[in-house]
Amino acid sequence: MPRPQPRLDPDNRFFWTGGADGKLRFLQCQDCQQFIHPPAPVCRHCLSENVEPAAVPGTAVVDSYTINHQAWYPGLEVPFVIARVAIDGAPGVYLTTNIINCPVDEVDIGDKVRVTFQQEGEIYLPLFEKVA
Amino acid sequence: MRGEAYITGVGQSQIGQKLTRHPLLLTLDAVKEALADAGLTIGQIDGVGTYPGRSAGYLGFSPVGADEVIDALGIDARWRLGAMEISAQLGAVAAAADAVKNGHARHVICFRTVYEAAAMARPEEYPPLRREKVDGFSQWMAPFNAISAACWTAQYATRHMKRYGMTREQLAQIAINGRANAALNPRALVQKPLTMDEYMTSRMVSTPLCLHDCDRFTDASTVVIVSGGDAIDEVKATPIRIAASAGAVDRVSWDQVEWMASYRTGPDLWKKTDYKPKDVDTVQFYDGFSFLTITWLEGLGFCEVGEGGRFIEGGKRIAIDGELPLNTFGGQIGAGRLHGFGFAHEAVVQLRGQGGARQIPGDPRVAVAASGGGPLAAALLLTKD
Repeated sequence: MPRPQPRLDPDNRFFWTGGADGKLRFLQCQDCQQFIHPPAPVCRHCLSENVEPAAVPGTAVVDSYTINHQAWYPGLEVPFVIARVAIDGAPGVYLTTNIINCPVDEVDIGDKVRVTFQQEGEIYLPLFEKVA
Repeated sequence: MRGEAYITGVGQSQIGQKLTRHPLLLTLDAVKEALADAGLTIGQIDGVGTYPGRSAGYLGFSPVGADEVIDALGIDARWRLGAMEISAQLGAVAAAADAVKNGHARHVICFRTVYEAAAMARPEEYPPLRREKVDGFSQWMAPFNAISAACWTAQYATRHMKRYGMTREQLAQIAINGRANAALNPRALVQKPLTMDEYMTSRMVSTPLCLHDCDRFTDASTVVIVSGGDAIDEVKATPIRIAASAGAVDRVSWDQVEWMASYRTGPDLWKKTDYKPKDVDTVQFYDGFSFLTITWLEGLGFCEVGEGGRFIEGGKRIAIDGELPLNTFGGQIGAGRLHGFGFAHEAVVQLRGQGGARQIPGDPRVAVAASGGGPLAAALLLTKD
């Protein structure tokens, strides 16, 4: 069984397909410059409708994490790390993601990480790995 | 007293797993017990409230809505509520209190029926949530295999350990206390106490939460009847006043929430009353995952933020004969995943002195029941006047 896939819609398509050119994008208000996530057609800070996807550097800091040991569906390989990361360049925006390409017990709060996209069909999942 | 709201009856079905009794009949069992407790008849009921209403996409989570209870039990209703978009589970009870205070109804049946264990056993009758394509806030969690609220809650618990020094041995007291109390509750799902050694050696679900930090899928129904002050003379049981209620709602996607909504609920609750945390005789706090109880102890001001682990260390303070008895019915970890309503039910049982083997000593007069986690929070301050 594959991992659950996001259903693409007009609000989220830019986010889930943006990895095609290697860029992590979030909606940014073109009036107050604040970032908005999850995406919505209005800025939650100033109610402007002038919101556009904008690329961020792709680095982040681990805010917290958990090592998941439970196989929530058949075929899910465990353990793996789930983390909430604070996105550099988009103050106040966090992503839940996986930290990959390192032993599960080597992730800690404050670790610097960088996005790496995993393609599954149209979807480019933004996963992160530790910055050496 | 006019303008006030009271819990006047409580009831509960059997609590089990893989039950075959129809979920509407489990609800009926709890309704009948609550009516008998209050000394009311079904004909006196004119409102029905529940959380979250019938959950068509995942029936095990909530197989019975307010509509079905009104219809099946022949209730002549003037008011109903069945909503997930409310502060949290016990927000349904708070809303019923507001309704009776304002004359929208006189006696409201508030219920929560769960059928998650039966649904797992009979998926063809009660289909599970489909996860192949996710939208809404699930899309920010499930594609990263953060499937369960266990994974979301665990990250808050990790932060508490790293930032404030909470230990697994401290956290264990929520489960150990719950299981000890459940052994004194004949209806509780789990009757066997839990040792520290069993806790520490059990398998991890999502660090730092192990198997015993999680509640278990359960089939049961819990009812509280909320009555208006102007209708209280119709009731035979000792009424328990809903002296104050508070709720908080944060951003729906848990990962955008720095502090769980429970932390905003405390200041709001206490400014509505002259009671203080030191006046409270017992607390019944949500433990769908053990760490959520810590957030309630801190959020409602029973200890400082970050001190929850040290506050419960050793378990004596929160035991039935301790200074702040917690989850005396076993909580959800011990009694089963009743999903929020068990906490209000037990607060009433304790304030009336009807706890039997699990009754706290003395003459308890003030209790707090709270439910919710992440962006959802609802709390009730209950008093025996």
